[in-house]
Amino acid sequence: MKVLMFGWEFPPHILGGLGTASYGLTKGMSQQEDMDITFCIPKPWGDEDQSFLKIIGMNSVPVVWRDVQWDYVNNRVGNYMNPQLYYDLREHIYADFNYMNTNDLGCIDFSGRYPDNLHEEINNYSIVAGVVARQQEFDMIHSHDWLTYPAGIHAKQVSGKPLVIHVHATDFDRSRGNVNPTVYAIEKNGMDHADHIMCVSELTRQTVIHKYFQDPRKVSTVHNAVSPLPQEIQEIVPHKIPNEKVVTFLGRITMQKGPEYFVEAAAMVLQRTRNIRFVMAGSGDMMNAMISLAAQRGIADRFHFPGFMKGKQVYECLKASDVYIMPSVSEPFGISPLEAMQCGVPTIISKQSGCAEILDKCIKTDYWDIHAMADAIYSICTNPSLYEYLKVEGKKEVDNIVWEKVGLKVRRIYDQVISRYRK
Amino acid sequence: MKTICLYFEIHQIIHLKRYRFFNIGTDHYYYDDYENERSINEVAERSYIPALNTLIDMAKSNGKYFKVALSISGVALEQLEIHAPGVIELLHELNDTGCCEFLAEPYSHGLSSLANEECFREEVLRMRDKIKQIFGQTPKVFRNSSLIYSDEIGAQVAAMGFKGMITEGAKHILGWKSPHYVYHCNQNPNLKLLLRDFKLSDDICLRFSNSEWEAYPLFADTYMDWIAGLPEEEQVINIFMELCALGMSQPLSSNILDFLKALPAVAKERGINFSTPSEICSKLKSVGQIDVPDPLSWVDEERDISCWLGNVMQREAFNKLYGIAERVHLCSDRRIKQDWDYLQASNNFRFMTTKQSNVGLSRGIYDSPYDAFTNYMNILGDFISRVNALYPVDMDNEELNSLLTTIRNQGDELVALNKEVDKLQAKLAKYDNKPVREEAVKKTPAKKRGTKKSADKKPISEKK
Repeated sequence: MKVLMFGWEFPPHILGGLGTASYGLTKGMSQQEDMDITFCIPKPWGDEDQSFLKIIGMNSVPVVWRDVQWDYVNNRVGNYMNPQLYYDLREHIYADFNYMNTNDLGCIDFSGRYPDNLHEEINNYSIVAGVVARQQEFDMIHSHDWLTYPAGIHAKQVSGKPLVIHVHATDFDRSRGNVNPTVYAIEKNGMDHADHIMCVSELTRQTVIHKYFQDPRKVSTVHNAVSPLPQEIQEIVPHKIPNEKVVTFLGRITMQKGPEYFVEAAAMVLQRTRNIRFVMAGSGDMMNAMISLAAQRGIADRFHFPGFMKGKQVYECLKASDVYIMPSVSEPFGISPLEAMQCGVPTIISKQSGCAEILDKCIKTDYWDIHAMADAIYSICTNPSLYEYLKVEGKKEVDNIVWEKVGLKVRRIYDQVISRYRK
Repeated sequence: MKTICLYFEIHQIIHLKRYRFFNIGTDHYYYDDYENERSINEVAERSYIPALNTLIDMAKSNGKYFKVALSISGVALEQLEIHAPGVIELLHELNDTGCCEFLAEPYSHGLSSLANEECFREEVLRMRDKIKQIFGQTPKVFRNSSLIYSDEIGAQVAAMGFKGMITEGAKHILGWKSPHYVYHCNQNPNLKLLLRDFKLSDDICLRFSNSEWEAYPLFADTYMDWIAGLPEEEQVINIFMELCALGMSQPLSSNILDFLKALPAVAKERGINFSTPSEICSKLKSVGQIDVPDPLSWVDEERDISCWLGNVMQREAFNKLYGIAERVHLCSDRRIKQDWDYLQASNNFRFMTTKQSNVGLSRGIYDSPYDAFTNYMNILGDFISRVNALYPVDMDNEELNSLLTTIRNQGDELVALNKEVDKLQAKLAKYDNKPVREEAVKKTPAKKRGTKKSADKKPISEKK
């Protein structure tokens, strides 16, 4: 089976959980022998792992015919793409895009991030997708998150192949209810055109059904998983201070993640004990507000903001922690608690997180219940048996949540969609 | 002739309230009064009162033919006294029929039998006295919390003077043997063991109202046919369950009480009678000993103690709790003693289980084992610090005990000496009044001086 996937991020250059999930899912699916995946991203860097799928950079797909030499093309895009593909794609330019801002190869540039002119990039992405869909051969289109829904719809209309969309988050999660009407419109349009909708949790599925008015029969839940930790990360020796416990929050410091509840809970814990440190790693629009809140509560000496972390740093930070906490107000899935559990860190998550649906060996509290959260932090830090139990059993549990199983589930949905499609 | 031994357990836990760690050291009241009142009343109304009324009816209408055994945990008794005294009255009424035997059990319904011999003995004897005081009969047969039994426990129970003990007829212990005989403890042949027939017991308390069960609906005569159909030599059929199975686990709408009511009549038709545990212990001889090296219980498929002590959290809580058992035993603070009883209840540990069980487990106010553990440990933290505040922590328990004994003995000694002083002073007064011989006068002041010395000690030792 050949699948054309549209995504926005792909490791190692990622900005959020979407890239990690895209990687894990495609890797898990590639375990099936007859699975052939082509993954489109706005801007490849050349160091992506292409061993199990083919990556097409949308910034290297011509939309305007330019007469260029093989050597020149090879020089420009050769490190991540076969120049022949450029010429094949060039054969399928479907309209005159000369009015657009294109470069010397006739391609549109992408930032590959989430810039201010995001809507323009989404639109460009969709234009380019038309060329790709005309040139590529595939049985199924799979779009990850709302940024790529228009591209998916376009590809579906060009090719007549079924479209599956993957909802990693909805705007209701990002905005605590104050949705952006443009984003909502794109999301809703994508869902309406999709032949099947996969959601990363039952929580998201309910949002899709009730807020986007989708038929429950075409919406299913496909929980995320985690990739096993590479050897070099497993070998990290945590740097721990004796007699001191570290409680870590790791993520964007923004409304959706509920950072203020963490600060309040920390203040409660510190009223009683002093040998616990709190770390809020990450950056975001609420960071300054959180710094001043911690100061207001008089706990700034025990509450630290190390800033944004990436790659190995994340795991170093996790491994040095005694408790990981994710008090998200609304989390479609939330892969980071799984990563913490992989590192053997006892984890506290909010009941409003999608991953709470598949995790048992962690403590779940309501995000607003700072008393329960403080109690749980205190309990893990003072009772060695609870710490040990969550550490050992949590790791065992999360080691069984693998992408391969997710891949099989996605495959069953594909088969179902194809068997029902246009009949 | 076959005989049925019917036994019901009455136990309800004292519910702990939501206790956050910031309450440690400031709040020493651990109980959810509202929930306790509500739940005990619910159980009383839905189960205990109708079930006991049925048992009284059965006892009255069948003369001395029908017999039943009951045991009540001390904590349940306290709650019934406060919130549902009607149940106690019914128990008295049942007791007055003369058909009911009360068994002894640990006061707290706790796991002290697995932890601390002294503490176990104390609460069993306390419960025995309480039963004697309320119902006027001294229990001769013992049942442990959740029928926990092992060889070691058997030896301790025998040493307390019980003739018999009831426990689970667990398959892994019995093997090819049948639970329908009387056995004895391998440590002490004087302690007879009655083993629960879990199949026949669970037919009533677990499956009775289950419409998917192939024997549904179960009628009294079918049930009695099963018993009558057992081999001739198998004489004792032990049917043990919680009293709240009648009405709570099996709703009254399933007519379970009518089923129960019909049992004596259909048993009589088949020549089967009823006996109390102590009758069986005195009438029947043991056919052999039972070896139970590891503790068993009547809970879960495994019939062991893993539902209370199966994971590290439960074991930590258990060890922390019984780590201060000796201190609690030494002290005489009534509130601490009372909290000790309530905190020991095995249900508190059951809430922390992480086992998958096919019998639905209600965790009460807790939504996960971790929550239950956290709450309990917070309370325990406060309790332990209260106990430690009584006496210096760095002092050895033995040393403390000997000091406390010394203080107690000194008190006794002082009383005795004071008496002597009084006696002698009276004598002296007599002598002063009468003209006496010189020798006697010489003797008394010498003695007086000696007694005065020890009397001087009095204020010092009281300060201690």
